[in-house]
Amino acid sequence: MQGITIHKGTNCNFAATSQTLKKSVQKEAKSTLFFSTPVHIVSANAVVGNKEAQGPLKRYFRRTKEDIKMGEKNFERAEILMFDEAVRASLNEARPLVGDAQLLITGDLLNQMTTSSYVARNLDLPHLGVYSACSTYTEALSIGCVMLDGGYFDTVACATASHFATAERQFRYPLEYGCQRPPYAQWTVTAAGCCVISTKGNGPIIKSATLGKVIDFGQNDLSNMGAAMAPAALSTLSTMFKETRTTPEDYDLILTGDLGKLGSDILRDLMREEGYELGQRYSDCGCLVYSVDQNCYQGGSGAGCSASVINEFVLPRMIAGDYNRVAYLATGALMSTQSCYQGETIPCVSHGIVIERE
Amino acid sequence: MNAVANPIEKRNERYGKYVDSVTPKTGTAKSLWNSFWIGGITCCIAQGVGDIYALIFPNFSEDMIVNITSMTIITIAILFTGLGFYDVIARKGGAGCFLPITGFANAISSASMEFKSEGLILGTSVKMFSVVGPVVVNGIVWSTVAGILNLLILGRF
Repeated sequence: MQGITIHKGTNCNFAATSQTLKKSVQKEAKSTLFFSTPVHIVSANAVVGNKEAQGPLKRYFRRTKEDIKMGEKNFERAEILMFDEAVRASLNEARPLVGDAQLLITGDLLNQMTTSSYVARNLDLPHLGVYSACSTYTEALSIGCVMLDGGYFDTVACATASHFATAERQFRYPLEYGCQRPPYAQWTVTAAGCCVISTKGNGPIIKSATLGKVIDFGQNDLSNMGAAMAPAALSTLSTMFKETRTTPEDYDLILTGDLGKLGSDILRDLMREEGYELGQRYSDCGCLVYSVDQNCYQGGSGAGCSASVINEFVLPRMIAGDYNRVAYLATGALMSTQSCYQGETIPCVSHGIVIERE
Repeated sequence: MNAVANPIEKRNERYGKYVDSVTPKTGTAKSLWNSFWIGGITCCIAQGVGDIYALIFPNFSEDMIVNITSMTIITIAILFTGLGFYDVIARKGGAGCFLPITGFANAISSASMEFKSEGLILGTSVKMFSVVGPVVVNGIVWSTVAGILNLLILGRF
């Protein structure tokens, strides 16, 4: 870090176009990728369930589903339907602007990522399935950006989904089973989000991606995901600040994926210890998606949570000019129910991207 | 190895303590009160049902009345589960909904509903006891132990 001026304020070297400066930054950065080709988010769509459509963001969600089963015979089919609709909507929207997508990168929470594969089955595109629990969306976007920046593809679609009923069945108890959740539990969001990124066209630009390390601070409570994931967000966020040489003041919005109320409070505390004051510009998708009176405890979680909030709320507001630079870190807990019953602690990861207005 | 593990353990312990201090706790008094009145009302209703049966069928034995009362309550609990509001009551009632026979009925019926999508044999039949399995196993094991102790210590069958 020595010998290079640390830029502060809006004119930090992020915005600098000088190729040599960028190269020196890239050389020093160990886990941040800077994309020299501008990667535009051309179209972004999400389909959300009924509960989410009644939340604080109801004005922003354009595609909503009344019924949790969505007219299908089981919840897994419903998740596929929702996912398919989101992907097709984004592909169709992008087609007149940048042409057909050439690669599909998707992920979801179910075992063997069945939802993703069943959606990809009908799309006739090369497909990569990625999994890092709730941070799948940023992982997919990072890989997509690398593909575009490397010149292998022009247009890539990235998508994730989660469904409350299918996640509940896989990770917890049957739906109708009368059990009490602790007050620090979270609620899996029923949503699917897809965006098409391209080197052509217009739209917000993904400037850099910070790939996260797997962090485990010894938490083992399956219900307390926020506390388990906050250290992973801390690691990635502070790495992002250091390697892009920015401070929290350089961002209009710092958004984490699904830490929930408790987890985001913990992250604030941890960041303060590191010397960063996040302040008013920091928020969490899990806190945004449900209101207090919806009985969702600490807020939303799941791969669809941050995907829907980013796609339907943040990106349109960026295009409208409300935000210029957004740091977006989705966080994921990488446990399975078996590993937790075997007494293992919860490893977590968080991948971050920086999105800038054109 | 130890030298490396130690600071990490220390960090984890410190973090664990910090998390414990910020994590909201379930209010014990409120939970106790809720489970007391919801569980109490469930039992009162069951008693009422039993009394009504005793009035309608005066020549039934007491055991018979107890049996058909339990069957009625179980049926109601399963009906509530199927209609989707047992879990809403149980979220408030906690142990008051979990401990009576209704809790057992709810656990079996919710699991069998949940896994119906995989078919009657591989879904419902296999997964029916996924939640209550431990209750059944422990019930059998510990009643066997109690029976053996009864035989050995008190010497009666």
